[in-house]
Amino acid sequence: MSAEQISGEYNFAYLDEQTKRMIRRALLKGLAIPGYQVPFASREMPMPYGWGTGGVQISAAIMVPEDRFKVIDQGADDTTNAVSIRRFFEKVAQVETTEKTTEATVIQTRHRIPERDLTEGQVLVYQVPIPEPLRFLEPSEVETRKMHALEEYGLMHVKLYEDIARHGEIATSYAYPVKVEGRYVMDPSPIPKFDNPKLEMSGIQLFGAGREQRIYAIPPHTQVVSLDFEDYPFQRMKAPQCCDLCGAGESYLDEVITDDAGGRMYVCSDTDFCRERREAGHVGALGVAEDAA
Amino acid sequence: MKDMTDIDTGPLLRVEGLAKYYGSRVGCEAVSFDLHPGEVMGIVGESGSGKTTLLNCLAGHLAPDRGHVLFDRAGRMVDTVTMSEPERRMLSRTEWAFVHQHAHEGLRMNVSAGGNVGERLMGLGARHYGNIREQAVDWLGRVEIAEDRVDDRPTAFSGGMRQRLQIARNLVTGPRLVFMDEPTGGLDVSVQARLLDLLRGLVREMGLSAIIVTHDLAVVRLLADRLMVMKSGQVVETGLTDQVLDDPQHEYTQLLVSSVLQV
Repeated sequence: MSAEQISGEYNFAYLDEQTKRMIRRALLKGLAIPGYQVPFASREMPMPYGWGTGGVQISAAIMVPEDRFKVIDQGADDTTNAVSIRRFFEKVAQVETTEKTTEATVIQTRHRIPERDLTEGQVLVYQVPIPEPLRFLEPSEVETRKMHALEEYGLMHVKLYEDIARHGEIATSYAYPVKVEGRYVMDPSPIPKFDNPKLEMSGIQLFGAGREQRIYAIPPHTQVVSLDFEDYPFQRMKAPQCCDLCGAGESYLDEVITDDAGGRMYVCSDTDFCRERREAGHVGALGVAEDAA
Repeated sequence: MKDMTDIDTGPLLRVEGLAKYYGSRVGCEAVSFDLHPGEVMGIVGESGSGKTTLLNCLAGHLAPDRGHVLFDRAGRMVDTVTMSEPERRMLSRTEWAFVHQHAHEGLRMNVSAGGNVGERLMGLGARHYGNIREQAVDWLGRVEIAEDRVDDRPTAFSGGMRQRLQIARNLVTGPRLVFMDEPTGGLDVSVQARLLDLLRGLVREMGLSAIIVTHDLAVVRLLADRLMVMKSGQVVETGLTDQVLDDPQHEYTQLLVSSVLQV
């Protein structure tokens, strides 16, 4: 390895080259079998499990010095998780970072897909807490693996049946199970089901679960179908309001409590999308025009 | 007695020289029999006599060490011991049913009664909620569970109801062969009687074949056409139920029959 690749005391992007190789092999296998959970030897990372160790390891394994890196947490670039992971890679890989979705080559995400459509050449890396969609109904790993292998997915519909029986509709609103390329049932990580249709995209999607030691992937332009019943079809869901800052009506919204008297506002969860719209002159109900601010 | 024309079509299940060993101990050994369509066979014996081991070998839960279990599939006898696992699992989801002694082993306790009954249907590709629910309600009715309990979880059910729910869940796909492991074990006598009545009705109505493992001679007297008595992993006596119970030949069977308390 050349001297330029080594940054400070760390190897480029923290992980050693052998580990990166191992993860890349798992990634290639995952891409070859869309939706299949590939076991990998997850490493200890200098952050706790649940903070995105799976995603961080994938990002580290695919990162090259020319990359521009973006991290979002629930769509936002400025929350704790996003800031700390971005800083981590600034330190150990010295890659350029950005908040602009369009400029990023690698985007690590927790719980959201950016509003702006990804293009060919962009990679979306998901942090996954529990990769097994069947887990809550079938606690045995041996059994769930067998069920995947034999394509016995009746149980997934039992979960949706229970939703309808109890709530009158499919109440699962995040981590909504999908079938990838007509074969594997997959947990898309806890993204809102609003984002499910966007799983069919031009970018590469990689999923990493650090604690559970699983990697899976969706190659570009892969068919991804949200599971449903004939008489209860899949429905996207978002708050019916428009963004109070930028006025967007089609983006996924966060509800923000503003005082203790019932005051609240709805804002885009994708902060980059919202900023871009405000810079273009869009103003929401509670927003202030850019030049006036 | 059964209609004898059934027997002309050949057996539904043929067991040949089945054996299962646990190390040097015998689980069951040299078991052979035929089960014809619509026939109910009882397997009795004391605890540890290999009844449950035999049943698990027949149902594919345990791999036997020797022998064959041939099952009639569209007129062809296929060996379920050597068939591939996906095929065997498919068989156990469609043409077979297994009723456990403890209902919680055969039910999903955190899923509603309707979901429990509907699971097999969804496993076979049913994707219409309304139809699945309709069939679930219909089956709950057939096992005498009120329609308004369809969204309750089995944890809210009594032991007898759970057992009936387990039966509904197993029979919803119209299996041809039902394995039962002590289906009335742990239930009080009045609930037992009701369950037996129900089982007898369903078996006759659907033309089911069944293999019932029990140590309760009253259960087999009521349900079984034929009886097999086991001791230490061996079959010691077989015959028509009434014949075996009224005129036991083997000394162990004589002991078993005479041990029943007379009220």
